Amino acid sequence: MISFSEVLKVSVKALMINKMRSCLTTLGIIIGVAAVIAAFAVGRGANKVIDDQIAMFGSNFMFIFTERSAVGSSTPPRYLTVSDAEAIERECSGVEAVAPVVETNLQAVYGSANWTAEVVGSTPGYAAVRDYKIEQGRGLLASDVRAAAKVCVLGRTVANKLFEGEDPVGKIIRLRTVPFLVIGVFETKGQAMGGWDQDDFALVPLTTAQRRLTRNVNTGRVGNIMVKGVSMKALDYLDIQIGDLLRERHRIRPGQPDDFAIRNISQILDARRKATQTMSILLGSIAVISLIVGGIGIMNIMLVSVAERTREIGIRMAVGAKSADIRLQFLIEAVTLSLLGGLIGVMLGMASAHGLAKVMESPPIFGAGVIALSFVFSAMVGIGFGFYPAWRASLLNPIDALKYE
Amino acid sequence: MSLIELTGIRKSFRMGDGELEVLHGIDMRVESGEFIAMMGPSGSGKSTTMNILGCLDTPTSGRYILDGQDVGDLDGDELAMIRNKMIGFVFQGFNLLQRTSALANVEMPMLYSGTRAKERRARAKEVLERMGLGDRMSHDPSQLSGGQQQRVAIARGIVNRAPILMADEPTGNLDSKTSDEIMKLFQELNEKEGITIALVTHEPDVASYSGRIMHFKDGLITSDEPNGRKGAQQRDLIL
Repeated sequence: MISFSEVLKVSVKALMINKMRSCLTTLGIIIGVAAVIAAFAVGRGANKVIDDQIAMFGSNFMFIFTERSAVGSSTPPRYLTVSDAEAIERECSGVEAVAPVVETNLQAVYGSANWTAEVVGSTPGYAAVRDYKIEQGRGLLASDVRAAAKVCVLGRTVANKLFEGEDPVGKIIRLRTVPFLVIGVFETKGQAMGGWDQDDFALVPLTTAQRRLTRNVNTGRVGNIMVKGVSMKALDYLDIQIGDLLRERHRIRPGQPDDFAIRNISQILDARRKATQTMSILLGSIAVISLIVGGIGIMNIMLVSVAERTREIGIRMAVGAKSADIRLQFLIEAVTLSLLGGLIGVMLGMASAHGLAKVMESPPIFGAGVIALSFVFSAMVGIGFGFYPAWRASLLNPIDALKYE
Repeated sequence: MSLIELTGIRKSFRMGDGELEVLHGIDMRVESGEFIAMMGPSGSGKSTTMNILGCLDTPTSGRYILDGQDVGDLDGDELAMIRNKMIGFVFQGFNLLQRTSALANVEMPMLYSGTRAKERRARAKEVLERMGLGDRMSHDPSQLSGGQQQRVAIARGIVNRAPILMADEPTGNLDSKTSDEIMKLFQELNEKEGITIALVTHEPDVASYSGRIMHFKDGLITSDEPNGRKGAQQRDLIL
């Protein structure tokens, strides 16, 4: 029996004799594998973006904001209020946490250090809704909100900028000249998409923000209300409940436009997810069709090759090649062809994934697993479609093969 | 026990609806170390007989015992092994692999016997040097003359130390001077190395190098006689 490395040498040599033909034959495999690689890379890249967005907003996140155009036209204008938030928490099912929020940008000062930070006025629910965890000290308590305490919890970036290594907990900082006691620091969440720093904020009690920092105390008005559902599925149901509740509370008659709007993360992500899915299905179909066409191309060229080299097969058989030796030779030739196509396809796929990623606005992610899988696919196509020609070659009778002109 | 024993060998081919019998019962004994020539017009069955002797083809009926082994009992892979270990072939059209060096052509039979690369190379070189082709090893068949190509083919035939060499019209494509050289080479391999040679030819001149001549006609052996060798005759004349 001939050794594997020897057959490989013979096969590669045979392919080298017809370089152009070999390359053209692999075109189908190249396109197929390239499509597989691109589909996976783009799909995974887009999923990464989705995961990032979920991490950024918080999981099962939804938020309600005032629809300004509608507020202007209705009488009297109804803004979202703290009691709206309380009603949602009290009356809707499927709610895990609710956080009414006012936001403003203020200068924070500690000693000689100062830093302009986003100051968020909210309730203990805020950390739960946005998935922030406490790293040092403690978080906001309901008692802080009730007492309108002048306390704050810092994001990691603000803590670093103001304290530069010093322990911030227990220190006093000033926000618009008002002194605040730092009671805790949040764990870092890092950068979100587009380089936005999620740790660059300070959380204070909603009541304190309203009284000391904004001055909407009379109406209880808030900028928006954030809600965390118990699950992703609960969001759609919550959406309806909250809509009905707020329409009732704001006394909006049927036919009148809402003075608020609700967005949930599944809506935000659905569009992107659909686009990714469409792209993946498209690329996947191209891959399947190309691999089949490529396989048939290989089968075709191998049949031609067997016919052309009938005499060679006869000579090899005359000097002692067994059927299995001949079969192996042509099979390895087919697999070598398809693996070559796979290799070029991987490179082409990576290049086109980068191009597609620009359109999709998500960087491609390449996995070693997908690349390995592509090679396995290529090899399987080679074996699958190379087997018949190889089997035909091995069935030749040495006498007939030797006489073949 | 003879090296080759054919008894009542018949061979027929399917031709359209009917069967055409080309061998009608061949009996033959060949001892180890003989040099036989099979002669006859085309269609006489000499080539078919040689293909059967060479285990390239199987008889329709009859017994073929090669070195004590009944070839009729063997399957395709076992026949391939016999061809690999026991029989070397030399053809009229040389049948070398194109675009493949002389050295690689000679190495080929050893690929299928699983000989290690180093030994393969060494043996192929040694045999090619003995054939006077030491400086042509890296040449492709297209760069070699007919005589040189036939020497490469002979080298390939003996490189696996096969005890039998089969030659089907080995000088058919060569001029008379080159033919003489090739035939002398066969004679030398027969006399010095004891290789048993079976030759098919229709040229009496070529057959005269052998030690025994069989004539074929219409699928039967019509005569089988020892031959005073050409080389031997010449030696006798000189003496």
